[in-house]
Amino acid sequence: MKTQDLVALLAADVTPVDRHILGKRFSWALLLGGLGSTLLMAIGFGIRPDLAQVAQTALFWIKLAFPLALAGGALWACTRLARPGVAVGGAWLAMALPIAAVWLAAVMMVLGTRETERAALLLGHTWRVCPGNIAVLSTPGLVAVFWAMRGLAPTRLRWAGAACGLLAGATATVAYCLHCPEMGVPFWAIWYLLGMLIPTLGGALLGPYLLRW
Amino acid sequence: MDSIEERLKALFLAGLDGDAGSYREFLDKLSGHLRGLLRKRLYHLQDHIEDIVQETLLAVHNGRHTYRADQPLTAWVHAIARYKLMDFFRARARNEALNDPLDDYLEIFASSDAEPADAKRDIGKLLELLPERQRLPILHVKLQGLSVTQTAQLTGLSESAVKVGVHRGLKVLAAKIRGAS
Repeated sequence: MKTQDLVALLAADVTPVDRHILGKRFSWALLLGGLGSTLLMAIGFGIRPDLAQVAQTALFWIKLAFPLALAGGALWACTRLARPGVAVGGAWLAMALPIAAVWLAAVMMVLGTRETERAALLLGHTWRVCPGNIAVLSTPGLVAVFWAMRGLAPTRLRWAGAACGLLAGATATVAYCLHCPEMGVPFWAIWYLLGMLIPTLGGALLGPYLLRW
Repeated sequence: MDSIEERLKALFLAGLDGDAGSYREFLDKLSGHLRGLLRKRLYHLQDHIEDIVQETLLAVHNGRHTYRADQPLTAWVHAIARYKLMDFFRARARNEALNDPLDDYLEIFASSDAEPADAKRDIGKLLELLPERQRLPILHVKLQGLSVTQTAQLTGLSESAVKVGVHRGLKVLAAKIRGAS
């Protein structure tokens, strides 16, 4: 087929394009991914029995704010990576800031604790299962966010996959906060972050295969 | 240069709103610019230039919903052209992937070449490989210029199935090109 025939084919009967399709796809992905993670958490791990009490403490909301802020940054990065020729730009900062804040607080808390008690602060009671649990909870979100990204036009597939993974991981961590009894900032800084990095890495590995267009 | 960007952008935006004439003019001009740039940069791959131009046009069409009006069209088109070119290189598994002949997006509209060479790969033949529910809508709506309603009556598909068939078919076509190159 000659190029001018292809041009004629592509231009024939064009329909107006939905300019808000990107927002719609990611909204659906977040809704379905978030619901999926929450359901999986409620069925698989169970909501913590003292949720009503801890919800009245500031620490609980600070804990929730960490993955929420990271999810916001990752969503921003996703929307930028979904468009050709748009730099990630400020979204890097939006992802780095929550991590930096939690790490700063964690380091200060560890330094302010006696050496004999530091291990308990870092490991909590559930460090062995925490990252794996978050990774499991992130699977519905990973599927949903990859679906959203596949309908768009990412050109840096590895980065786009990683951003999808982080978004799914951060959403899953929000859901996991409703189960997880750990209330130590250093614990979140290590094990929550590690849990979110598993789907991030998975997304980076899958991106070049699943996001090609 | 800036006036080319502005003119092409106006045509493209009109195309996004459903103006087929503007969209066609945009694609025509774009193929000229792409051809000009690629001929200049890929002197050792002259035989494949028309293939890459066609692939990029198809990608621009399939990705047109991701363009934001406040973004330079140059940067958007360049990123797609570069992506498709890298795809082409990867498929050829050649060392060319290491040097990036399209390293500067400002040059994308700097030249134009209206004389196409023959494409090596025939998109028409690849079109025949599509399943019927995609091939027939593309054939009737896009090649023969029938309306969606007429195509629906002719094929027995619903109108929304015809629209979905065209949309999906062009994406599958892009995937088939990747597989064939």
